[in-house]
Amino acid sequence: MRQSIIDGTSDTAAELAQQALANGIDPLEAVNQGFAAGITFAGDQFGCGQMFLPDLLASAEAMKTAINILEPEMLKRGSQRETLGKIVLGTARGDIHDIGKNLVATILSASGFQIFDLGTSVSPEQFVAKAKEVDADIVGISALLTTTMAGQKAVIEALDRSGLRPRVKAIIGGAAVTQKWAAEIGADGYSRNAIDALELAKNLMSTMANKETAPA
Amino acid sequence: MRPRIRLLTPEIIGRILGEAFELLMSPGVRVGSAPVIELLQSAGVEVNDGVARIPEPLVQNCLASAPRDFYLYNRQGEKAVHYGGDHVHFDPGSCCVQMLDPDTLEARPSETRDLVRLIQVTETLPQFAAQSTAVVCNDAPSAIGDLYRLFVVLQNSDKPVVTGSFSAAGLPSMIDLLAADSGSRDNLRRKPRAVFDVCPSPPLNWSEFGSHNLLDLARAGVPAEIVSMPLAGGTAPVTLAGSVTQHAAEVLAGITLHQLAGPGSPIVWGGAPAIFDMRTGGAPMGAVETAMLNMACAEVGKHLGLPTHGYLVATDSKFVDAQAGAESARSAMLGALTGINMISGAGMLDSLACHSVEKLVIDAESIASAYRLVRGIEVRGETVATAMFAQTGLSGEFLKLKETRALFRQEQHLPSSVIDRSARGSQPPSDAFTRARARVDELLSIYQKPSLPEEVLRTFQTIVEREADRAGIATAFR
Repeated sequence: MRQSIIDGTSDTAAELAQQALANGIDPLEAVNQGFAAGITFAGDQFGCGQMFLPDLLASAEAMKTAINILEPEMLKRGSQRETLGKIVLGTARGDIHDIGKNLVATILSASGFQIFDLGTSVSPEQFVAKAKEVDADIVGISALLTTTMAGQKAVIEALDRSGLRPRVKAIIGGAAVTQKWAAEIGADGYSRNAIDALELAKNLMSTMANKETAPA
Repeated sequence: MRPRIRLLTPEIIGRILGEAFELLMSPGVRVGSAPVIELLQSAGVEVNDGVARIPEPLVQNCLASAPRDFYLYNRQGEKAVHYGGDHVHFDPGSCCVQMLDPDTLEARPSETRDLVRLIQVTETLPQFAAQSTAVVCNDAPSAIGDLYRLFVVLQNSDKPVVTGSFSAAGLPSMIDLLAADSGSRDNLRRKPRAVFDVCPSPPLNWSEFGSHNLLDLARAGVPAEIVSMPLAGGTAPVTLAGSVTQHAAEVLAGITLHQLAGPGSPIVWGGAPAIFDMRTGGAPMGAVETAMLNMACAEVGKHLGLPTHGYLVATDSKFVDAQAGAESARSAMLGALTGINMISGAGMLDSLACHSVEKLVIDAESIASAYRLVRGIEVRGETVATAMFAQTGLSGEFLKLKETRALFRQEQHLPSSVIDRSARGSQPPSDAFTRARARVDELLSIYQKPSLPEEVLRTFQTIVEREADRAGIATAFR
């Protein structure tokens, strides 16, 4: 199972997932002990430059295939995968560039976050509604163009108005996004690329966890 | 003999164009704006769900009406940039959002003062035939950011300008500004001072904003430069040939829209293609494959007889260091050897995210060397060597020959103080960045601001204030 994810062979991963079901193996065990080990390895290998984006995408795709097959049985047994956190992602209204956002989604999802991808040209209202619906920890807003960066501000303002913040964190990304812009619009963080986005998301989650456990 | 590099054979170019024409029919091209769809439909193009299938004969007609060459003029009305043939020109990279601070070596948000410095240094360097609206001025309201940049350039430079608008609505006021500079819209059409970059979105998507700009430029007769930017492996096929094909299809679609709107209006086969970095997901502008993509895309444009543009002389380094020098100098040479008419990108660091005046003056030296290279080796006089030996015999006293004195300036490029060729002596040697900083100061001290008639300045002011009013930022420039 682990190897099928590392190799990024969706067909093999699917076969193995089906075999696991047929043999009555606990699907949660199959994920945690088998497939997830592969994605962790792939993420580490990517991090140290031994695997590349196309490899990682194939691994993430294989992981998705396996989980899709195992999920109905997991639901039946009432078991749920532990995730690092729930993240709602999308590109700001008016922006159709999604390659960066998609990479962030892939890498975060491969690393154990649960991703709700709203796609491109997403309105502030859609971001807020989804964040409420899934009880998100983080909302990520992408914008490539200097002209659509204003849309990031609009989402953050909408999150503020809805009362979701500061519990829900807002992060931004995109080629023209800078630290100054992030500070100006009150974002909880920004990153220049998908790898940094993973670090950022992990850091935000651990800050939140610390707060929750901190004595009042 | 002028040295040239070619990466593609005519046969491969034929295959690339053949498949580009196929792509224009299937999957077709996404077009975002209603007027553009109407224009295409009136030319008999089938448009379904915003996707146009553009047949080759229509594209060929549009290619036939596109001019083979045209000029950009300086403020004095002289020809300053020749788009067409193998003429090579350079301009600084454009639209950066950050500036390298030479004191702290940190990238900080770019401001008006940075744009002015870049313009002033560019104005004094003959290596740059044109200015560019080089950085976004973060201290100016973003709603009129595109107009404001052009306003700053026109006040501080006599050279032609490579520019672009940030929205469909931004373009008309920029054309107004240029018309005020030229005296009238007619003068601007006859002697254009600027070319506008217009970008499709890869793959095969002419958004509302981009396609609208093309139409407006064609109708105003102001030159347009199509900057298609496939990222090989990311937003385009991973093979260099595949990305060149996608680039060709995007530019062919753009030329079709443009020429349908304004037949004979000047248009440039341009681009900023790059590979997609499989580690970072970025666009490495200093990669040799990125240079190869720019070269090959330009070759296809040249094959069609069109003016060309590319994005080179940039680096992915964050500092003005050895990587910056190596990547920028290499691509300056390759672009010149390809005969690309306008090569944008000098001064840029960090994959086009950051500008540096110091890098600009170092790049100017690489550009000067590239120009020297493409001049090639010339034979001067009746003999190549024997006439000179007839005078010196075996004495070796070539330094005394009148030929030496008469010809060394043509034979050798004499670099500025940025380049260190001195013998190690009493002074401690300095590095290129230190010398570049001194050179920037030197150039700023010789820069002379152009004198614009009061009336023109007032008109500029009126246009900017009008647009500021419209954007609800009325007092910004009073």
